[in-house]
Amino acid sequence: MTKEELISLHKTMLQVRHFEQEVAKAFLAGQIPGFLHSSVGQEAVAVGVCAALREDDYVVSTHRGHGHVLAKGADLNSMMAEIYGKATGCCRGKGGSMHIADFDRGIVGANGIVGGGIPIANGVALAAKRRKTGQVVACFFGDGASNQGTFHEALNLASIWDLPVVFVAENNMYGMGTSQRRHQKVENIADRAAAYKIPGVVVDGNDVLAVREATLEACNRARRGEGPTLLECKTYRHFGHFVGDPGAYREPGELEAWLERDPLVLFRRYLEEQGVPAAALDELEAAVIEEVRMAVEFAYRSDEPAEETALEDVYAPTEAGRRAIW
Amino acid sequence: MMREITCREAVREALREELRRDEDVFLIGEDIGFYGGTNKVTEGLWQEFGPERIMDTPISEAAIIGAALGAAAVGMRPVAEIMFIDFLGVCMDQVANQVAKLRYMTGGKVTLPLTIRTPGGAGRSAAAQHSQSLEAWLIHTPGLLVVMPSTPYDTKGLLKAAIREDNPVVFIENKMLYNTKGPVPEGEYVIPLGKADIKREGKDATVVATSRMVYFALEAAAKLAAEGIECEIVDPRTLVPLDKEAILESVAKTGRLVVVHEAPERGGFGAEVAAIVVNEAFDYLDAPIQRVCSKNTPMPFSPRLERFITPQVEDIIAAVRTVLA
Ligand SMILES: Cc1ncc(C[n+]2csc(CCOP(=O)(O)OP(=O)(O)O)c2C)c(N)n1
Ligand SMILES: [Mg+2]
Repeated sequence: MTKEELISLHKTMLQVRHFEQEVAKAFLAGQIPGFLHSSVGQEAVAVGVCAALREDDYVVSTHRGHGHVLAKGADLNSMMAEIYGKATGCCRGKGGSMHIADFDRGIVGANGIVGGGIPIANGVALAAKRRKTGQVVACFFGDGASNQGTFHEALNLASIWDLPVVFVAENNMYGMGTSQRRHQKVENIADRAAAYKIPGVVVDGNDVLAVREATLEACNRARRGEGPTLLECKTYRHFGHFVGDPGAYREPGELEAWLERDPLVLFRRYLEEQGVPAAALDELEAAVIEEVRMAVEFAYRSDEPAEETALEDVYAPTEAGRRAIW
Repeated sequence: MMREITCREAVREALREELRRDEDVFLIGEDIGFYGGTNKVTEGLWQEFGPERIMDTPISEAAIIGAALGAAAVGMRPVAEIMFIDFLGVCMDQVANQVAKLRYMTGGKVTLPLTIRTPGGAGRSAAAQHSQSLEAWLIHTPGLLVVMPSTPYDTKGLLKAAIREDNPVVFIENKMLYNTKGPVPEGEYVIPLGKADIKREGKDATVVATSRMVYFALEAAAKLAAEGIECEIVDPRTLVPLDKEAILESVAKTGRLVVVHEAPERGGFGAEVAAIVVNEAFDYLDAPIQRVCSKNTPMPFSPRLERFITPQVEDIIAAVRTVLA
């Protein structure tokens, strides 16, 4: 990778980090409705995976999806506005934090149902395969989701049809308040790949380069028509399950140990070792902070959606106009 | 003065009392034990009854309902929690094709004393997959009993009845009511399923309302009372079995009916009530029945849109005026 490419990875991780932090702040200040799942601590997974994707590839995301969609190129402003529930939001204020989608950028959508997105990835991949576009789908889901029936059904289907999917198990060690130890006996979710006779790969999810490397390999395989890979990225969320969850179920010292391995700290150190001057990185971060601040400003200033718009988008319009809903 | 507790505490008390009363009762659900429940409903029960009776599961709704069903079929008395009613979608085969059908398909050979507790409702900007009111799915599925309480008193008494019931019961709580307080006696009591409760007496119009909408209807009634319009508020409390008599009796008195629920209007519980009243009390009706329900859309995220979609106190007032016009 060129130095510019490396710096660009760092920039995207900074975007996710600062985006999440600003959103959390605004949420705690009562500016954001609903609830919020923060991906702070998991940036290297989203950014590493998406860095291996082509622009026309797809991602399928989760309730903890801000990082995935930012890394896939979602527009900061319209995404922030969506989280604020504003008319300028990418989903017109109808989706919110858990339902960000931007089909023009290959973002098939976040999901409020744990495991809900996994089978959908197969359909997207099926279309790509049928059309011979060479596109790949990166399908994110959590360790908790790997216990849903949808996970097993979808991996089996992708396996027998050799679908171009990279199943990214984002193992942050918890499904809500239940540690991975308590919700499954396998230590590695990737071990479950054996049941579907597909490659299962474990990677350090806090090492953005390792994630990118492993994803590239899985993508190459998928593009060659050899089928899916189950890629497990071991990581950790710094916040609780949702913003405001104190995370009392964590082991003492656990968070501190993971903070030592903060993916942004690790990668910044690496960049500095590669000779990128600290001042340049500081400047980069300042620019990102400003960009995120502008997005907050945009979202905050945007109008709320007009009431009648709630009645739109239930069905696609017919030639005669909007389909009536009685 | 009777003590006041919240709906959350009422659920917890009912669970605790039934767990103490019957060794066969156990709870099963996601993060209900060690974590204390997403809505903190089951907080403290894991400490008291231990992990064998307060069973934390992986995120596997179909496995939860299936396990509860199997255990019930051989004589245990499970209480399963589905964290949000929306997640019934993940396990609807187990609920609708298995739980609801097994007794019938086996010619009555099996008894299923199983309760599924689950919170529904909008009001928190939780968007389309965390805000639904899905009782119509359930009442449309013969084999299930469906309870939908509004007050802490009803919640406690009905949940105890649901747990003791020998049929599968889906017990629908409302996430906006968990902090709502009301009088609940210290001592033990059980409210039989299938008995409506008149939440306010009145002679001018009958308002049948469920769950959180009972409070909205009460607020509307208080405002209308200031103008001398007296609404009678009937809270069915259980949708299956339905206390038709209570509704018909009230309509016979008032001659006017408004049905209020938070679920979308189309194909909803309100249509069922309206059909029953038209069929069985047509001669008493002095005006067409009005329904006040959510609009027929998924639930939007924006608070403004959510409010627009869901029934408000003003809508109930307007509907009462319409039936009285
Ligand atoms: C079907 C379903 N069950 C339960 C939930 C509630 N819930 C939301 S996120 C979550 C934990 C998910 O854990 P995991 O898949 O590991 O993802 P993480 O939150 O750790 O990113 C739970 C239980 C849900 N949204 N959908
Ligand atoms: Mg997790």
